[in-house]
Amino acid sequence: MNAATNATVGIRDEYTEKYGFHDPDKFVFKIRKGLDRDIVEQISALKGEPAWMRDMRLKSLEIFEKKPMPAWGGDLSHIEFQDIYYYVKPAEQEATSWDDVPADMKRTFDKLGIPEAEQKFLSGVGAQYDSEVVYHRIKENLEKQGVIFLSCDHGLRDHEELFREHFGTVIPPADNKFAALNTAVWSGGSFIYVPKGVHVDVPLQAYFRINTRDMGQFERTLIIVDEGAYVHYVEGCTAPTYSSDSLHSAVVEIIVKAGGRCRYTTIQNWSNNVYNLVTKRAMAYRDATMEWVDGNLGSKLTMKFPAVHLMEPGAHGEVLSIAFAGRGQHQDAGAKMVHAAPHTSSKIVSKSISKDGGRAGYRGLVRVVKGAFDCKSSVNCDALILDERSRSDTYPTMEIEEDRTSIGHEATVSKIGDEQLFYLMSRGVSKEEAAAMIVAGFIEPVVKELPMEYAVEMNRLIQLQMEGSVG
Amino acid sequence: MSQTPELVVKDLHVAVEGKEILKGLSLEVRKGEIHALMGPNGSGKSTFANTLMGHPRYEVTSGDILFKGESILGLETDARSRAGLFMAFQYPVAIPGVTVSNFLRTALNARLAAPKGNGDGAMPAKRGIAPKEFRALLREQMGLLKMDDAFAVRYLNDGFSGGEKKRAEILQMALLKPEIAIMDETDSGLDIDALRIVSEGVNALSGPDLGVLVITHYQRILDYIKPQFVHVMMEGRIILSGGPQLALELEARGYDWVRNGKETAVR
Repeated sequence: MNAATNATVGIRDEYTEKYGFHDPDKFVFKIRKGLDRDIVEQISALKGEPAWMRDMRLKSLEIFEKKPMPAWGGDLSHIEFQDIYYYVKPAEQEATSWDDVPADMKRTFDKLGIPEAEQKFLSGVGAQYDSEVVYHRIKENLEKQGVIFLSCDHGLRDHEELFREHFGTVIPPADNKFAALNTAVWSGGSFIYVPKGVHVDVPLQAYFRINTRDMGQFERTLIIVDEGAYVHYVEGCTAPTYSSDSLHSAVVEIIVKAGGRCRYTTIQNWSNNVYNLVTKRAMAYRDATMEWVDGNLGSKLTMKFPAVHLMEPGAHGEVLSIAFAGRGQHQDAGAKMVHAAPHTSSKIVSKSISKDGGRAGYRGLVRVVKGAFDCKSSVNCDALILDERSRSDTYPTMEIEEDRTSIGHEATVSKIGDEQLFYLMSRGVSKEEAAAMIVAGFIEPVVKELPMEYAVEMNRLIQLQMEGSVG
Repeated sequence: MSQTPELVVKDLHVAVEGKEILKGLSLEVRKGEIHALMGPNGSGKSTFANTLMGHPRYEVTSGDILFKGESILGLETDARSRAGLFMAFQYPVAIPGVTVSNFLRTALNARLAAPKGNGDGAMPAKRGIAPKEFRALLREQMGLLKMDDAFAVRYLNDGFSGGEKKRAEILQMALLKPEIAIMDETDSGLDIDALRIVSEGVNALSGPDLGVLVITHYQRILDYIKPQFVHVMMEGRIILSGGPQLALELEARGYDWVRNGKETAVR
């Protein structure tokens, strides 16, 4: 342990206590460390997959091996691909009752409040522990309406045709190095299908937990929202605090058909030893709406830019993003909007906060292709820097190939003001609480979009990040 | 009036970025009293107000500030507030995203949780006023200041008009119930109607449990808030003190009258 980690003991202790604990290793099966054809074939064989999936995995492995590491964004030079466990099976099978989940794992999810949340305000829950989903359940009334909410593995097993029609179409393996890696070794994640006209009024939630040291988690999610349907999917994640790094590299593909709407909310709270390198993209068709609400609070390095491809007229895309980087953290967050059809609109709101030497930023792309006239896009990114040691970056890219469009961009960078602190303190509020209030106010435009329970959770996590910080 | 005044300022010297602004200011304010501190621009009025509240930019080089008998120079701003000192700002600061209601509840809870006069600045324990009780209290006080209910859910001072900002200051004062309140040029930027409403608010709050120090450039606000004591400040110290008639005289004759003839004017 070095001096820098000692100084954050207060914050880390709190994380460790609440989320950073780990269970004793009681996995059913753990594949040897490293990555090669044999490992990929073993994963596929263990899952009893059809040949096409195995072949796709192997082809993706080749793509992964050929592609160079990205030379932009965060520092990826410390990732040792051969020093990672690519598959750890935690339990014999996926349970549909918490009573059937192995005791350690159930205790973990109890501590994280998942069964309680399921009872109170969710339509369905999936809980992934290391490589596999250990619990999955959806409310009966939704099942009766034809809503499918399964682990991605069971999606492939039970609905192969629907699965194969869409899998890898939004994010092909060759999209980027980490998408290729995920396609080669994916395990777990969610498969969701919402039939025409069905509104899932209460959110579905997936919770991702890494337990094993030196573990890579590669969940894969595929969501298909049929015409006029609606779903809100929420994901949360935490991991034990280990001194060695873990890798989380997910791929999320979403298809929103005509008139449908999908909202995907992430509250990312990985421990500060996790590389979080995720590709998320949605295709939105005629009059469809896709909304990403992306909160990044944890991890060592996050590189994630949720994207919406607006494929047909009337499609609308939104990204609301919060990135909070504390000591030793780099949040390279952002958004991508591709206007591939006329009469489409998009909105990006990004709020980044950096403190204690952390680095947070916005990296974004708005692209309007030739012929996509009458498009509207607004980008609003604000950065709040809490001290002199911290850093904020803004990389907004605009590729506008069509003149008849309306694009607005606004960016602000501010430092937490002495006058704001003095004003709040003059009413008896402590300096820490005053700073936390200013930060909470700063992200309020995004937080107010969250369901109440998650807004409370988000504010609590921000509070946790803020504790012991202002000097 | 035998007991010690709540606020005692003794020969206060204050510097900002190395430049001395206050040069030996002394003043005493008791609960139940209303004082007016008048002076031209640059005389050090706002420096004085901010120093009382503990703004980190202002450095006390000598002298002392006693509040209820104890020096508060070592206390942070928040501890001074919890001890019972309040300042209504000349330029209230906007806090986007934080509602008036949320802020006031936090401020009130910080006060309720910390034992009175405890100035250790520790994080208060999580307890305090229940949301329902708070809403009723807030609505009642807003009613007294003729503020619309919608005001409570607006972001603090964000996009407020001059009058709204000052009314919000009085609202905060009403809820926090200080023992000594400093009104730092509360009249600046107010039209007559707003000035009257704000003054009525201050008058409604004043009484045996509150001492008020009205800091102003003009006599105008003193048509509405009647001080028992008037002090004239120039070049960093109080050079003349008197009763209410002093303000009127000052209004009629201008600050030059004091500046030029202070030797003869003092007694």
